[in-house]
Amino acid sequence: MKEITYLKAINEAVDEEMARDPTVFIMGEDVRAWGAPFGEFMGLFDKYGPKRVLDTPIDERAIIGVAVGAATTGMRPIANIMFTEFLCVCMSEILNALCKTRYMTGGKVKLPVTIMGYCGAGQSAAGEHSSCLDGALMRATGLKIAVPSTPYDIKGLIKSAIREDNPVIVPYHLNLIANGLKGEVPEEEYTIPLGKADIKREGSDVTVVATYLMLHRALAAATKLQEKGISVEVIDPRTLVPLDKQAIINSVKKTGKLVIMDEEPITGSAAGEISAIMAEEAFDLLDAPIKRVCAPDTPIPCTPPLEKLWMPDEEELIKAVTEICS
Amino acid sequence: MAIAKEKLIWMYRTMVLHREFDERVAKEFAAGNIPGFIHLSQGHEAIGAGAMAALRADDYITAHHRAHGHLLAKGGKPEGIMAELYGKKTGCMKGKGGSQHMTDPDVGHVGSDALLGTGTLQAAGAALSCKLKGIDRVTVCFFGDGALNTGAVHGALNIAAAWQLPLVFICENNKWAESTSIYDTTNLTKLTDRAFGYGIPGVAVDANDVLAVYEVVGKAVANARKGGGPTFIEAKTCRQRAHYEGDTETYRPKEEVDDCKKRDPIPRFRKKLVEMGILTEKEADKIHQEALGAIDKAVKFAEESPYPEPEEVLTDVHA
Repeated sequence: MKEITYLKAINEAVDEEMARDPTVFIMGEDVRAWGAPFGEFMGLFDKYGPKRVLDTPIDERAIIGVAVGAATTGMRPIANIMFTEFLCVCMSEILNALCKTRYMTGGKVKLPVTIMGYCGAGQSAAGEHSSCLDGALMRATGLKIAVPSTPYDIKGLIKSAIREDNPVIVPYHLNLIANGLKGEVPEEEYTIPLGKADIKREGSDVTVVATYLMLHRALAAATKLQEKGISVEVIDPRTLVPLDKQAIINSVKKTGKLVIMDEEPITGSAAGEISAIMAEEAFDLLDAPIKRVCAPDTPIPCTPPLEKLWMPDEEELIKAVTEICS
Repeated sequence: MAIAKEKLIWMYRTMVLHREFDERVAKEFAAGNIPGFIHLSQGHEAIGAGAMAALRADDYITAHHRAHGHLLAKGGKPEGIMAELYGKKTGCMKGKGGSQHMTDPDVGHVGSDALLGTGTLQAAGAALSCKLKGIDRVTVCFFGDGALNTGAVHGALNIAAAWQLPLVFICENNKWAESTSIYDTTNLTKLTDRAFGYGIPGVAVDANDVLAVYEVVGKAVANARKGGGPTFIEAKTCRQRAHYEGDTETYRPKEEVDDCKKRDPIPRFRKKLVEMGILTEKEADKIHQEALGAIDKAVKFAEESPYPEPEEVLTDVHA
């Protein structure tokens, strides 16, 4: 094993897949000189050249639309969208061109497009550079969604995403990049299948499902709750589509209680969809109503004190878990 | 310009098939045999036929919601297209796409969009594919004057010009974006002026003259194939029917429609071919009869084909 950052793990995954398959290329804003604004593609232009790392105009609609056409004609584009919030600019290309073309052609084309970009609050990036859009993206029927929380996961998930013959989005959390999150990854090559959750901490009293930065907050809260005598099982779904429902059901079989922590406004969040699935499929296993620890239904404020209040945190999770276990 | 006799006859045959196909679709739709939203393209036939005559079989195209004819011209089979319109299992997209998305990647037609302009971006992607792979295929995207005002077409023109992609833009200007005149929604009288803003050549062509279309597209394709980058072509055409089947077209002067029909590209080309000694009247009639026969066969095939199995609703989302 070796220890690398979350950012370096992105770089290694993309580098390895570009070396493995000459049809893989990156297109996006500022990917050449900067290797993207936080440098996740640094060095790849020098290594692979201008036919593999393409700076695009600031036109997100073009990035996705062109990626769709390149994919249907035999390439495997990585469409870097910089901040996933910019997907709002090109939602028709996502919902229609990218996600429906295979279906509407009766299965005659494949869409091996990997979309990447930053998500997440905590950097005072304000209302248009901070959101996680997972709930909305779950409704982009046809799109697979990876939600990586660790260097190990992001590397393995990106490699699988690039090899997947279907569109996959891999948002990565800006706080985990900016704070230099480190973790161990194997020296040798590995991938993580899409649709396989990971139990990040075993426990017996309550199940907490969390992603990205929230997963780390959940782990910190679980440590504190252990001191209070509450044993928390923390599940990282790792992909929201496909969702490893069975992993959550298996955990709830043991704990009987479910809390979902999600860095999104509560209405229309991924937490809402997971709650609905569990209410339908695991109702008999639950001893208490499901709780969601999400953000309020507001835009994300810029100023640090308000942004901090907006983001779900350890204390809110501890409160929710304590209530559900009382 | 010497064009082989076979190519001239192919263009004529393709235009006639396109015309008679859409005429039959209008009848079958009116009779309730075809579901959905139908946009026909009588009057536009010289564009698909002229452009496709200038392409190789392995070149790519994308088109739009008014595009049964483009697929026929690219090599799509009338049976598969008609069955698609009928929503049948044997349709070229298994009945899952329908009229507005008429596409068949098997013959190099890689997308028809009904959210206008999208197809030009996909065409830029196909052209990028070819450029990155180092193969000399050219892509042609067809779109209407209405789509010209979308951000998607701007994005495609800009990126194709910046990256010098092997892509030909053909704007089918029939002057009407649904019920709105293009000249009410731009301040241009010459749509080719747009090309100047992207630093690429812009050429207008009378799209009632298939040989003029063939010549202009041929030059643009040859230029793109040798690495000369994209060209914008305004194909000045005429929509003989209303925007969609069922549109009463109260917004358009009747004289314009009459004038449209007077400039019909098919009789004009037929006359020319007869004058050139390429076809006799009898041979031209035979081409019409053959087209009608092919369409009868396609309708019979569509009628007799089954609908997709119920489980098909869930398939083809993912590879």
